[in-house]
Amino acid sequence: MEKITEHTAHVHRDDEGDKLGMWLFIFTELLLFGMLFLIYAVYRYKNPVAFQLGGEELDVFLGTLNTVILLISSATVAMSITAMQKGEKTKALILLGTTLFIAVVFLINKWFEWGAKIDYGLYPNSENLLELGHGTTLFFGLYYVMSGIHALHILIGIGLFVFVYRQIMVNKINKTDYVWLENVGLYWHLVDLIWIFLFPLFYLIH
Amino acid sequence: MSQEKQHISSYTSHFVVLITLIILTGISVAVTRVEMGPLNTLVAMIIAGAKASVVLAWFMHLKFDNKLFAIFTALVLVIFLLVLYVTFFDYSYR
Repeated sequence: MEKITEHTAHVHRDDEGDKLGMWLFIFTELLLFGMLFLIYAVYRYKNPVAFQLGGEELDVFLGTLNTVILLISSATVAMSITAMQKGEKTKALILLGTTLFIAVVFLINKWFEWGAKIDYGLYPNSENLLELGHGTTLFFGLYYVMSGIHALHILIGIGLFVFVYRQIMVNKINKTDYVWLENVGLYWHLVDLIWIFLFPLFYLIH
Repeated sequence: MSQEKQHISSYTSHFVVLITLIILTGISVAVTRVEMGPLNTLVAMIIAGAKASVVLAWFMHLKFDNKLFAIFTALVLVIFLLVLYVTFFDYSYR
């Protein structure tokens, strides 16, 4: 009996197990987007000209800008983990705040980008799009679905950053216990990873 | 919990990784202007693959964490490529 009481007093923690769980979730996400990329590949193979013309409609400048700022946000969240590991709480908060800010800017850019397309009459089931034919409809359908699901992930990321920021403020995440921050970081890098492929496949079609 | 001390990446290393990724993005955009036919897509995917590997190894810490994570990630990639291969095999001979 003595042993049992001793055992309950011990708080169980398994950071590596937590991370493994996060990685398993990331794999499901990779396969989710993987299947969307597969659909993209098949339709592009069948409609090469329409996909090229569709790609030329997209704003390369906005796409590149969003790519660069998303890369910067990945670096800042990675640096905030470094700061936390070194016990530099203020630095960690500033870097995390920067990441959060960039995530919001990304969505604002997306808002303008989508807005311009919609004003132009290029949105699912619009008359303009239907006139342009099957291939273009597929291209823009995939563009909205894939960048839309990606944007949804950015939105969820913003929620996670707010949560983690609060946890650091109240010292729930600290120098010795920061696996939550690491896992949110992993999630954010995943969002970045997917964008790394979305960007050339939609904006840089030649 | 593992007894080994956690690897702490330096700010400098994160910064170097970031600069590498931005340079690769620049190359990816610039190379689009060069006419190479179907090779353009291949080159774009090779650069994207290089960027993804850098993100996975350094930002996502696969280089320093338990090797199991890296092995699983490679397996997921292999599964995806196999599905891609089988799908195109099917479409090419219809």
